[in-house]
Amino acid sequence: MSLPVVLFALLATVTAVSALGVVLSRNVVRMAVWLLFTLIGVSLLYLLLGAEFVGAAQLIVYVGGTLVLLVFGVMLTAQGPLRELRTPAAQLVVGGILGAILVSLLIVVSYHIVLPNPPEQDKLPGVASLGLAFLGVTETNPPAALTGLPEGTRVARTPVAYLLPFEIVSVHLLVVLIGAAYLARAKRRVQS
Amino acid sequence: MTELGLQPFLALSAFLFACGVVCIASKRNAIGVLMGVELVLNAANVNLVAFARYNPAFQLEGQVFTLLVIVLAAAEAAVALAIILNFYNNHATVDVDQADELKG
Repeated sequence: MSLPVVLFALLATVTAVSALGVVLSRNVVRMAVWLLFTLIGVSLLYLLLGAEFVGAAQLIVYVGGTLVLLVFGVMLTAQGPLRELRTPAAQLVVGGILGAILVSLLIVVSYHIVLPNPPEQDKLPGVASLGLAFLGVTETNPPAALTGLPEGTRVARTPVAYLLPFEIVSVHLLVVLIGAAYLARAKRRVQS
Repeated sequence: MTELGLQPFLALSAFLFACGVVCIASKRNAIGVLMGVELVLNAANVNLVAFARYNPAFQLEGQVFTLLVIVLAAAEAAVALAIILNFYNNHATVDVDQADELKG
């Protein structure tokens, strides 16, 4: 048992247990806390896989941004009986059975995946190549050919850059945040 | 890392995905449904980063797509929360079972 295996076992246990906690806890505040531990576990998994920037972005954006937003939503809406809405037991049983079927199916499928070429080098490209790809500098030397093609058709991969998706997603984020601020602005409450 | 392999990450991601789906399907609190969506997106991200690590052809793509998904998840959470707050302002509840005004 090497260090990565031990670390993965630890992180996977923490992440899975807190994901189960999100599903099973009824109180929405406790769900938020379990979700916090799940997100931190996933970001540590990214660090274990060697994707440092993605792990840091997960910590900053998810834990520092999205989860705080969710907690604010909980604070603004959870009062009295709304904090613990009970799901009928029959629905929970049906959902649990379907979830168990789904997870076993997915695990069976994932253990049939065979990667065509095992990784040679032990490092993911770092922040520098990520930033260059986002800025539109095309990758001149792809580390490997495309996988999943029939034998004999070894097509070299087209050098790609991600400037257009980056711009689209940034404008999308701006538009969405303006829209959210417009939607959630203070209004006189309608008496029902 | 090579002795660990891709499959344990895929199994963990499948578990996270199933948890998220059950959360979406069974929670009555709208914010709980939103948390289920976050779990599903995180499961997809774990898959992407694991494939980036174990398939040399997708080393850069996996990380790029993960970052895009993280940004989109933040945007989705903001809009969904605004909608939930509006619903709460109009109906004084966040129970998704009460949102049946369009029911035929």
